[in-house]
Amino acid sequence: MSLWGWVLLACAVSIATKFLGFLVPARMLDNPRMLRVAGSLTIGLLAALTATNTFASGQGLVVDARVVALAAAAVALWLRAPFLVVVAVGAFAAGVARLLGAA
Amino acid sequence: MAFSVAIATGLYGLSFGALSVAAGLDLLQTMALSLLLFSGGSQFAFIGVIAGGGSGVSAMSAAALLGIRNGVYGMQVNVLLRPSRWRKLPAAHLTIDESVATATGQTDPDEQRRGFWAAGIGVFVLWNLFTLVGALAGNAMGDPARWGLDGAAVAAFLGLLWPRIRSREPAAIAVVCAVVTLIAVPLVPPGVPILLAAVVAAVLGLSGLGPATEGLEPDVEPYPSGHAGPGSAGSGQGTA
Repeated sequence: MSLWGWVLLACAVSIATKFLGFLVPARMLDNPRMLRVAGSLTIGLLAALTATNTFASGQGLVVDARVVALAAAAVALWLRAPFLVVVAVGAFAAGVARLLGAA
Repeated sequence: MAFSVAIATGLYGLSFGALSVAAGLDLLQTMALSLLLFSGGSQFAFIGVIAGGGSGVSAMSAAALLGIRNGVYGMQVNVLLRPSRWRKLPAAHLTIDESVATATGQTDPDEQRRGFWAAGIGVFVLWNLFTLVGALAGNAMGDPARWGLDGAAVAAFLGLLWPRIRSREPAAIAVVCAVVTLIAVPLVPPGVPILLAAVVAAVLGLSGLGPATEGLEPDVEPYPSGHAGPGSAGSGQGTA
């Protein structure tokens, strides 16, 4: 399937997931185990995406300017900067690191 | 308050648009995600997998798994707003972190309803508008690495993760999943390590690690500290 196909399928799955929440009985909300799985899935996926976007290059692991971006973003978040500022800091840090010779 | 939520998320759309075209999606594909998928975290997951060379099925799966929490939000909104049959579909489409956080942050039912629709519609309009601007800017910028856009992606994912780490258990889940991912990168095709991490996260969640709603907070925290998020409805979750 082409990239377009996967884009549209991802959209359909998203709409179906949201709508399903409106159809199931409210007592499902009382199931703490399900909430816990949904919460830990979110954390696990975001951690995995952070890790691959920082260190993965195809099927290899590399340390390059992106690590500097990760560290700078962490400092910005620690200082409670808003999301857009954090993203800009990450881009700026990676750009400066490359200027200074990082891969 | 709904207005400030919408502004914050509109700006967040700017980074999505730019990163999406940098990941290799075209303008229409980027807009399709913002119009139809309409869930920031899942959209970032989709383009994050594609940017790393992952397959379409991995990208779709990562987006779908990250969107599961929207189903949980849907249940909350349905109980809270009790929308009529014909409003369920538009309400479902607007069920995202920000609209749910705004609705559950109110106590009066009318205010809850107004907050949900105002934040949902406001975020939808601005999110799509700024996605378009970001995508056009990204197209004009050319090579993403030269502008540090790969660093921006790293920062964006850390920014999405950060507000969900409020205690030791979610931090442990994050560290374990990151390590599992990195171990898997050389062994399996791109995109698959993220799905392996999802399996590990689900097992950790099933085994009862962490408080019930940890991790179910808004993508972007548009509130001053001390404001309750969507987990506040009936669960004793601490707010940073």
